[in-house]
Amino acid sequence: MCMASALDITRAGRPPRITFVDYPLGHTVGKPFDRDQQLMIVRRGLSGLAAMTGAEQIEYLPVQWDDDGQWKALELKKGGAGGEDVRKPRDESPQYQTEQDRILAGQ
Amino acid sequence: MEPIEYMRMTRELYESHGYQPYGWYHADTAPTFTPMKKPLAECRIGVLSTSGAYRIGQRAYHYKDDTSIRAIAKTTLTDQIHFSHITENYLPDPRRDPNCVVPIDALRTLEAEGFIGELADDLFSCMGGIYSQRRVREELIPAITSAFQTQKIDAAFLVPM
Repeated sequence: MCMASALDITRAGRPPRITFVDYPLGHTVGKPFDRDQQLMIVRRGLSGLAAMTGAEQIEYLPVQWDDDGQWKALELKKGGAGGEDVRKPRDESPQYQTEQDRILAGQ
Repeated sequence: MEPIEYMRMTRELYESHGYQPYGWYHADTAPTFTPMKKPLAECRIGVLSTSGAYRIGQRAYHYKDDTSIRAIAKTTLTDQIHFSHITENYLPDPRRDPNCVVPIDALRTLEAEGFIGELADDLFSCMGGIYSQRRVREELIPAITSAFQTQKIDAAFLVPM
Protein backbone atom coordinates (compact mmCIF):
# COMPACT_ATOMS: atom_id res chain seq x y z
CA MET A 1 0.00 0.00 0.00
CA CYS A 2 1.30 3.42 -0.90
CA MET A 3 -0.13 6.28 1.11
CA ALA A 4 -0.16 9.59 -0.77
CA SER A 5 -0.67 13.31 -0.28
CA ALA A 6 0.94 14.34 -3.58
CA LEU A 7 -1.51 12.32 -5.65
CA ASP A 8 -0.24 13.27 -9.11
CA ILE A 9 3.37 12.43 -8.26
CA THR A 10 2.38 9.13 -6.67
CA ARG A 11 0.09 8.14 -9.55
CA ALA A 12 2.90 8.79 -12.02
CA GLY A 13 4.88 6.04 -10.27
CA ARG A 14 1.93 3.64 -10.72
CA PRO A 15 2.03 1.75 -7.41
CA PRO A 16 -0.50 -1.12 -7.23
CA ARG A 17 -2.54 0.42 -4.39
CA ILE A 18 -2.92 4.05 -3.25
CA THR A 19 -4.68 5.57 -0.25
CA PHE A 20 -4.99 9.34 -0.72
CA VAL A 21 -4.89 11.77 2.20
CA ASP A 22 -5.59 15.29 0.92
CA TYR A 23 -3.35 17.06 3.40
CA PRO A 24 -0.36 19.39 3.05
CA LEU A 25 2.90 17.51 2.48
CA GLY A 26 4.47 16.44 5.75
CA HIS A 27 1.17 15.00 7.07
CA THR A 28 0.70 11.87 4.97
CA VAL A 29 -0.73 9.89 7.88
CA GLY A 30 -2.37 12.63 9.90
CA LYS A 31 -2.25 15.87 11.80
CA PRO A 32 0.26 16.23 14.65
CA PHE A 33 -0.86 14.73 17.97
CA ASP A 34 -4.26 13.68 16.62
CA ARG A 35 -3.88 10.06 17.67
CA ASP A 36 -7.42 9.01 16.78
CA GLN A 37 -7.16 10.38 13.28
CA GLN A 38 -3.66 8.96 12.72
CA LEU A 39 -4.96 5.57 13.79
CA MET A 40 -7.96 5.84 11.45
CA ILE A 41 -5.76 6.78 8.48
CA VAL A 42 -3.27 3.96 9.04
CA ARG A 43 -6.07 1.46 9.68
CA ARG A 44 -7.84 2.46 6.45
CA GLY A 45 -4.60 2.32 4.51
CA LEU A 46 -3.79 -1.17 5.73
CA SER A 47 -7.37 -2.30 5.13
CA GLY A 48 -6.91 -1.40 1.47
CA LEU A 49 -4.28 -4.12 1.14
CA ALA A 50 -7.03 -6.71 1.32
CA ALA A 51 -9.99 -4.65 0.10
CA MET A 52 -8.57 -3.54 -3.24
CA THR A 53 -9.14 -6.09 -5.96
CA GLY A 54 -7.11 -4.76 -8.88
CA ALA A 55 -4.08 -2.68 -9.75
CA GLU A 56 -4.00 1.12 -9.51
CA GLN A 57 -7.10 1.48 -7.38
CA ILE A 58 -7.22 4.59 -5.20
CA GLU A 59 -9.10 5.11 -1.97
CA TYR A 60 -9.83 8.77 -1.18
CA LEU A 61 -10.06 9.14 2.59
CA PRO A 62 -12.82 11.43 3.90
CA VAL A 63 -10.53 13.95 5.59
CA GLN A 64 -10.01 17.65 5.02
CA TRP A 65 -7.30 19.88 6.44
CA ASP A 66 -9.43 22.99 6.88
CA ASP A 67 -12.99 24.12 6.17
CA ASP A 68 -12.33 26.40 3.22
CA GLY A 69 -9.31 24.92 1.46
CA GLN A 70 -7.20 27.97 2.25
CA TRP A 71 -4.15 25.79 2.70
CA LYS A 72 -4.29 24.88 -0.98
CA ALA A 73 -4.43 28.50 -2.11
CA LEU A 74 -1.47 29.29 0.11
CA GLU A 75 0.48 26.27 -1.13
CA LEU A 76 -0.10 27.22 -4.77
CA LYS A 77 1.01 30.77 -4.07
CA LYS A 78 4.19 29.66 -2.29
CA GLY A 79 5.09 26.75 -4.54
CA GLY A 80 4.03 27.93 -8.02
CA ALA A 81 5.31 30.50 -10.49
CA GLY A 82 7.28 33.24 -8.74
CA GLY A 83 7.44 31.30 -5.49
CA GLU A 84 10.61 30.89 -3.51
CA ASP A 85 12.87 27.87 -4.06
CA VAL A 86 13.04 26.67 -0.47
CA ARG A 87 15.04 23.50 -1.02
CA LYS A 88 18.19 23.22 1.05
CA PRO A 89 21.60 23.18 -0.71
CA ARG A 90 22.59 19.81 -2.13
CA ASP A 91 25.36 19.11 0.32
CA GLU A 92 26.98 15.78 1.16
CA SER A 93 27.44 16.38 4.89
CA PRO A 94 24.83 14.83 7.23
CA GLN A 95 22.18 17.35 8.18
CA TYR A 96 21.34 16.70 11.81
CA GLN A 97 18.16 18.03 13.33
CA THR A 98 20.12 19.16 16.38
CA GLU A 99 23.79 19.62 17.24
CA GLN A 100 23.31 17.09 20.03
CA ASP A 101 22.27 14.52 17.41
CA ARG A 102 25.58 15.08 15.63
CA ILE A 103 27.54 14.43 18.84
CA LEU A 104 25.49 11.33 19.71
CA ALA A 105 26.10 9.93 16.22
CA GLY A 106 29.85 10.29 16.79
CA GLN A 107 30.28 12.86 14.03
CA MET B 1 -11.87 20.52 -3.92
CA GLU B 2 -9.42 18.95 -6.36
CA PRO B 3 -6.02 17.67 -5.19
CA ILE B 4 -3.10 20.04 -5.71
CA GLU B 5 -1.25 19.45 -8.98
CA TYR B 6 2.23 19.36 -7.55
CA MET B 7 3.90 18.48 -10.84
CA ARG B 8 2.38 21.45 -12.64
CA MET B 9 3.06 23.71 -9.67
CA THR B 10 6.72 22.70 -9.58
CA ARG B 11 7.05 23.05 -13.36
CA GLU B 12 5.78 26.64 -13.12
CA LEU B 13 8.07 27.38 -10.18
CA TYR B 14 11.09 26.06 -12.10
CA GLU B 15 10.16 27.99 -15.25
CA SER B 16 9.85 31.21 -13.27
CA HIS B 17 13.38 30.70 -11.90
CA GLY B 18 14.78 29.79 -15.32
CA TYR B 19 15.59 26.21 -14.27
CA GLN B 20 15.51 23.18 -16.54
CA PRO B 21 12.20 21.27 -16.22
CA TYR B 22 12.17 18.79 -13.34
CA GLY B 23 12.47 15.21 -14.61
CA TRP B 24 9.53 13.55 -12.88
CA TYR B 25 9.47 9.78 -12.83
CA HIS B 26 6.70 8.24 -14.94
CA ALA B 27 6.31 4.47 -14.81
CA ASP B 28 5.80 3.17 -18.32
CA THR B 29 4.34 -0.18 -17.40
CA ALA B 30 1.37 -1.19 -15.27
CA PRO B 31 2.21 -2.50 -11.81
CA THR B 32 1.89 -6.14 -10.88
CA PHE B 33 -1.08 -6.65 -8.62
CA THR B 34 -0.52 -9.31 -5.98
CA PRO B 35 -3.63 -10.32 -4.03
CA MET B 36 -3.13 -10.85 -0.32
CA LYS B 37 -2.50 -14.49 0.45
CA LYS B 38 -3.73 -14.41 4.04
CA PRO B 39 -5.76 -12.18 6.34
CA LEU B 40 -4.23 -8.91 7.54
CA ALA B 41 -4.47 -10.25 11.09
CA GLU B 42 -1.92 -12.91 10.13
CA CYS B 43 0.40 -10.66 8.11
CA ARG B 44 3.82 -9.33 8.99
CA ILE B 45 3.89 -5.70 7.84
CA GLY B 46 6.98 -3.80 6.69
CA VAL B 47 7.10 -0.01 6.67
CA LEU B 48 9.06 2.54 4.64
CA SER B 49 8.85 6.30 5.21
CA THR B 50 10.61 8.58 2.70
CA SER B 51 10.72 11.44 5.19
CA GLY B 52 14.42 11.27 6.06
CA ALA B 53 13.68 9.92 9.54
CA TYR B 54 16.57 8.71 11.68
CA ARG B 55 16.83 7.54 15.26
CA ILE B 56 18.94 9.72 17.55
CA GLY B 57 22.38 8.13 17.54
CA GLN B 58 22.20 7.26 13.83
CA ARG B 59 23.88 9.22 11.06
CA ALA B 60 21.54 11.81 9.54
CA TYR B 61 20.91 11.98 5.81
CA HIS B 62 22.71 14.38 3.51
CA TYR B 63 20.97 16.34 0.78
CA LYS B 64 22.83 15.33 -2.36
CA ASP B 65 21.16 12.17 -3.63
CA ASP B 66 21.60 10.24 -0.37
CA THR B 67 20.45 6.71 -1.28
CA SER B 68 21.12 5.14 2.12
CA ILE B 69 18.40 3.78 4.41
CA ARG B 70 17.97 3.61 8.19
CA ALA B 71 16.42 0.83 10.26
CA ILE B 72 14.38 2.20 13.17
CA ALA B 73 13.40 -0.46 15.71
CA LYS B 74 9.66 -0.70 16.22
CA THR B 75 10.23 -0.26 19.96
CA THR B 76 11.79 3.19 19.39
CA LEU B 77 10.24 5.97 21.44
CA THR B 78 8.61 8.57 19.24
CA ASP B 79 10.71 11.41 20.65
CA GLN B 80 13.87 9.58 19.55
CA ILE B 81 12.92 10.00 15.88
CA HIS B 82 14.38 13.04 14.13
CA PHE B 83 14.53 14.10 10.47
CA SER B 84 16.81 15.36 7.73
CA HIS B 85 15.26 15.95 4.31
CA ILE B 86 16.18 18.38 1.53
CA THR B 87 12.68 19.88 1.68
CA GLU B 88 12.91 20.86 5.34
CA ASN B 89 9.96 23.17 4.78
CA TYR B 90 7.69 20.12 5.14
CA LEU B 91 9.25 19.03 8.45
CA PRO B 92 7.98 21.45 11.13
CA ASP B 93 5.05 19.24 12.15
CA PRO B 94 6.88 15.89 11.82
CA ARG B 95 9.59 17.36 14.04
CA ARG B 96 6.92 18.06 16.69
CA ASP B 97 5.14 14.74 16.15
CA PRO B 98 6.99 12.16 14.01
CA ASN B 99 3.73 10.20 13.66
CA CYS B 100 2.66 12.59 10.88
CA VAL B 101 4.98 10.69 8.51
CA VAL B 102 6.31 7.75 10.58
CA PRO B 103 3.13 6.27 12.10
CA ILE B 104 4.92 4.19 14.68
CA ASP B 105 2.38 4.72 17.48
CA ALA B 106 -0.61 3.83 15.28
CA LEU B 107 1.17 0.74 13.95
CA ARG B 108 2.06 -0.44 17.45
CA THR B 109 -1.58 0.02 18.47
CA LEU B 110 -2.80 -1.97 15.47
CA GLU B 111 -0.30 -4.71 16.26
CA ALA B 112 -1.37 -4.81 19.92
CA GLU B 113 -5.05 -5.08 19.04
CA GLY B 114 -4.39 -7.82 16.49
CA PHE B 115 -5.56 -5.82 13.49
CA ILE B 116 -2.28 -6.79 11.84
CA GLY B 117 -0.47 -10.00 12.67
CA GLU B 118 2.84 -8.35 13.40
CA LEU B 119 4.85 -5.26 12.68
CA ALA B 120 8.33 -6.14 11.36
CA ASP B 121 11.10 -5.59 13.92
CA ASP B 122 12.36 -2.45 12.19
CA LEU B 123 10.70 0.34 10.24
CA PHE B 124 12.81 1.71 7.39
CA SER B 125 13.36 5.24 6.22
CA CYS B 126 15.05 6.96 3.32
CA MET B 127 15.48 10.56 2.21
CA GLY B 128 13.04 10.87 -0.66
CA GLY B 129 14.57 13.95 -2.29
CA ILE B 130 16.86 12.06 -4.70
CA TYR B 131 17.29 13.60 -8.13
CA SER B 132 18.98 10.65 -9.86
CA GLN B 133 16.42 8.10 -11.04
CA ARG B 134 19.30 5.80 -11.93
CA ARG B 135 20.60 5.83 -8.36
CA VAL B 136 17.11 5.19 -6.99
CA ARG B 137 16.77 2.21 -9.32
CA GLU B 138 20.29 0.83 -8.82
CA GLU B 139 20.97 1.66 -5.17
CA LEU B 140 17.91 2.61 -3.11
CA ILE B 141 15.31 0.14 -4.38
CA PRO B 142 17.59 -2.92 -4.10
CA ALA B 143 18.53 -1.88 -0.54
CA ILE B 144 14.88 -1.53 0.50
CA THR B 145 13.87 -4.74 -1.24
CA SER B 146 16.68 -6.63 0.47
CA ALA B 147 15.77 -5.15 3.87
CA PHE B 148 12.13 -6.15 3.47
CA GLN B 149 13.09 -9.64 2.29
CA THR B 150 15.35 -10.10 5.31
CA GLN B 151 12.39 -9.24 7.54
CA LYS B 152 10.19 -11.74 5.69
CA ILE B 153 7.29 -9.31 5.40
CA ASP B 154 3.97 -10.24 3.81
CA ALA B 155 3.04 -6.71 2.74
CA ALA B 156 4.64 -3.27 2.64
CA PHE B 157 3.14 -0.02 3.90
CA LEU B 158 4.79 2.94 2.16
CA VAL B 159 4.57 6.47 3.51
CA PRO B 160 5.97 9.08 1.10
CA MET B 161 6.33 12.57 2.53
